[in-house]
Amino acid sequence: MTTLTAKDKDAVRTFWAKVSGKEEDIGTDAVARMLAVYPQTKTYFAHWKDLSPSSPSARKHGITVMKGVADAVSKIDDLKGGLLTLSELHAFTLRVDPANFKILSHCLLVVLSIKFPNDFTPEAHVALDKFLAAVALALAEKYR
Amino acid sequence: MVKWTDEERKVINNIFSNLDYDDIGPKALRRCLVVYPWTQRHFSSFGDLSSPAAIMKNAKVAAHGVKVLHGLDRALKNMDNIKATYTELSILHSEKLHVDPDNFRVLADCLTITIAAKMGDSFTAATQAIFQKFLCVVVSALGRQYH
Repeated sequence: MTTLTAKDKDAVRTFWAKVSGKEEDIGTDAVARMLAVYPQTKTYFAHWKDLSPSSPSARKHGITVMKGVADAVSKIDDLKGGLLTLSELHAFTLRVDPANFKILSHCLLVVLSIKFPNDFTPEAHVALDKFLAAVALALAEKYR
Repeated sequence: MVKWTDEERKVINNIFSNLDYDDIGPKALRRCLVVYPWTQRHFSSFGDLSSPAAIMKNAKVAAHGVKVLHGLDRALKNMDNIKATYTELSILHSEKLHVDPDNFRVLADCLTITIAAKMGDSFTAATQAIFQKFLCVVVSALGRQYH
């Protein structure tokens, strides 16, 4: 389910070119939605002073996550290798249950749908959904 | 029993009263069939589903999308007892249609994304939370009678 075809990779790269410049807004919105719609995800951020979706910590985290996704796009031809360090971080330090990657991916797709109502076609959606699933798998690579 | 605040009822009713069923229903179902192609297994009598283009043009898909979206009206009218409201439909989907209940979840996700595109920035995080809570209850009710 996670082998990206050449067509998928092209679709992701083409769509991502449109995202350029809006990454911060998209990332912060995705994380805000994740915290609001799936409150159980807040358990990972108990160390934040302010857990509200629009808090400075949430915004900063959205930017961090989005940088990671953008990085993954550039390493789309070898996600396992390219995301090795991030995988180790998520496996040994953060220990985020991989089910949460799906949650964040969904929130990210909702934001893309809002920001790009005409470009986020079903075809673009399936390519991005596959891509995010592949990223999630690469991030979970070192878990066990 | 699921509890709904006045605000939640207001938001949900607002979304549906402004909804163009003939537009959103087809779009949500088409998206589901393209993004999760295994869902096509239930529509072998619908004709050509061989490509996203074919799915977009397929009249049976469009009609079915409208029908499914109107299915949510039942929940809207019976928000305090969604579980009982969908008993018959749940039995139908389990015993006659043999639909894996996970499909309800993926269609709900596609509907969320379709409505987000339509509503734009007014589909705030808070609105999304309320809408997804509503869909989650419906999805759960539809899966309730499976055994």
